[in-house]
Amino acid sequence: MRRESLWAWALILPALVMLMAFTHWPAVATLWDSLYSTPRGSRPPVFVGGANFRDLLDDPVFLTVLINNAWYAAVTIPASVALSLLMALSVNTALPGRSLVRMAYFTPTILPMIAVANIWLFFFTPDYGLFDQILSVFGGGRHNWLGQMSTALPAMMAVAVWKEAGFFMIFYLAALQSMPPDLAEVGRLEGSSRWSFFWRVTWPLLMPTTLFVMVNAVINAFRLIDHVVVMTRGGPNNATNLLLYHIYETGFRFWDTAAAATMTVVLLVVLAVIAGLQFGLLGRRAHYR
Amino acid sequence: MSISRRALLATSATLAMPAIARADTTTVEFYFPVAVGGPVTKVIDGFAADFMKENPDVTLKPVYAGNYTDTLTKAVTATKAGQGPQLAVLLSTDAFSLIDDELIVPFDNTADDKAWLAGFYLAFMANGQINGRTWGVPFQRSTIVMYYNKDAFKEAGLDPERAPATWAEHADYASTLTKREGDRVTRWGVQIPATGFTYWLLQAMVSEAGGAMMTDNGTKVTFTDPAVVDALQYWVDLNKVHKAHAPGIVDWGVTPRDFLEGKAAMIWHTTGNLTNIRTNAKFPFGVGMLPAGKRRGSPTGGGNFYAFKGMTPAQQAASGRFLKWVTAPERAAAWGVATGYVATSPAAWQTQTMKDYVAGFPAAAVARDQLQYAVPEFSTHDNQRVVTLLDDELQAALLGTKTVKAALEDAQAGATRILRPFQKS
Repeated sequence: MRRESLWAWALILPALVMLMAFTHWPAVATLWDSLYSTPRGSRPPVFVGGANFRDLLDDPVFLTVLINNAWYAAVTIPASVALSLLMALSVNTALPGRSLVRMAYFTPTILPMIAVANIWLFFFTPDYGLFDQILSVFGGGRHNWLGQMSTALPAMMAVAVWKEAGFFMIFYLAALQSMPPDLAEVGRLEGSSRWSFFWRVTWPLLMPTTLFVMVNAVINAFRLIDHVVVMTRGGPNNATNLLLYHIYETGFRFWDTAAAATMTVVLLVVLAVIAGLQFGLLGRRAHYR
Repeated sequence: MSISRRALLATSATLAMPAIARADTTTVEFYFPVAVGGPVTKVIDGFAADFMKENPDVTLKPVYAGNYTDTLTKAVTATKAGQGPQLAVLLSTDAFSLIDDELIVPFDNTADDKAWLAGFYLAFMANGQINGRTWGVPFQRSTIVMYYNKDAFKEAGLDPERAPATWAEHADYASTLTKREGDRVTRWGVQIPATGFTYWLLQAMVSEAGGAMMTDNGTKVTFTDPAVVDALQYWVDLNKVHKAHAPGIVDWGVTPRDFLEGKAAMIWHTTGNLTNIRTNAKFPFGVGMLPAGKRRGSPTGGGNFYAFKGMTPAQQAASGRFLKWVTAPERAAAWGVATGYVATSPAAWQTQTMKDYVAGFPAAAVARDQLQYAVPEFSTHDNQRVVTLLDDELQAALLGTKTVKAALEDAQAGATRILRPFQKS
């Protein structure tokens, strides 16, 4: 018995070491650093307790990025999940040229975010960008999509939804494909409408997939900032600044490593709370077979 | 062309050489950014190869490190980890932060060094001279000039050989040059980009208004100074009052494209874009000095060489030799011609290379002639943070979400808070 457990530990050791070195240790170190001041030149860091956290509350940019990120998550998560489900349902039927449509839906996922951002940068360019060219056919004028407070963040959301929906579609499609066809037959025999069949049968059976997709969508809403770097660098006036980008700027442009560590702790806590809620609430409604 | 091919051959020959052959040499590594169009990497590799041919006891390793911000990040991270480069080309305005973090060493160690440093344009030296020492050697330096579309000038009945000379005239020209079809604007009179380097463009107008935005020792800012208010008001009014500038924020990178597409008749941009615009403009264009408010003015910009701590005496000597070599008039001239950067010393403009270049392309000399009015680029302690804060507030004013006065007051308060720790020392 003891020999067996030793054997088991030995087997998971490589994975454990990697996880410790690259996930758990950095998280603990970040927490540790958030309690110390930023070292400058020959001045070493000193213990400051919760002062870094208090300073965060005085940082107007930090509050702005929190609100931005909340909006960003609140819009992109439901939008990309709904769109991906719609796309999956539409290509799950016997449609001519189905694989072609599937591929088209999936293409944004294959592209690196940097490439996506550059493509959309062109779409949004005032006057000769794609959107303004299309709008000019209908008599629309110049739109400074990324240079206006009101449209900049929605523009970034559109990019994120476009990029993510295809990826989530694959999971929904896989789940739909593995659904036994006799369920649909029974539904037809019982004379249920397509809507009530979806609502009563398909949707509940998709719950595990939805949970998985939601968890990923939440993580991505806080993690994917490549398009911010390429398209706006957080501007204009922080309209598109997101939490992770602000952390990067604080840490590697301003070299205020203590403040960056403090915000990282906040980010970790936010993600942990959301993940906990998701598993708690949605997890109860997900039926695994 | 033949020079660069020779340089390339030389580079590959160096690479092919067995490592042992250079075992007794001193290695000097330097990081450089690429911030403008043109064959920058090729030119630098060529310089390195030529230098090593003349100095066989030195192995020079140029490392391309991204844009300015990336290069700074990489150089600082590597240095803090004890594996930094010996030299790096970074923004001239990073000097305060690099000194505060105790990462760099000054260049003016001997009388010989001082004589060499006296050869550069004073305007390019200012940002690197702090606490009585010189911490930066001018290399890829630029300034803001105005590019204008001569066809648009002719069409609007303006003299295409003359750029507007004063603020009033500039605003007039801009209104005249703005072309409308019904409600739609098909060409804006002027475009001043407001992303990336918002503070830099504002600083041009502040110096023209006869003011300054910071003290020389980089510990105080003066954003609520009347000249700064006038400058920002002028910028805002180009859209609000004169209707000659696109509303909202105009992107730094899109601005030259707008100019090349004929969507903007005049643009304010870096001289670093000269070669790009010269290559791609399908219409005759002019380059002018920025218009004068109370006086003419434009900030310098671009990158200096910095020397990092931790060099061996041999590396220090080799770095010094390389810097003197690469900033020599002939090389400075070649570098300016290849990239559009302003050659950094009066002697460089006296070389045959530069004289031929200016004879064929007089616009290239505008930046040089403007240098006499130039002011050092805005730079303070904790510079990146102060600049980001200022840029945000300026954008708020340009977007109309804050009044000019409120934006500048908020910027002043924020910057003062950031700079407080530096005022004690």
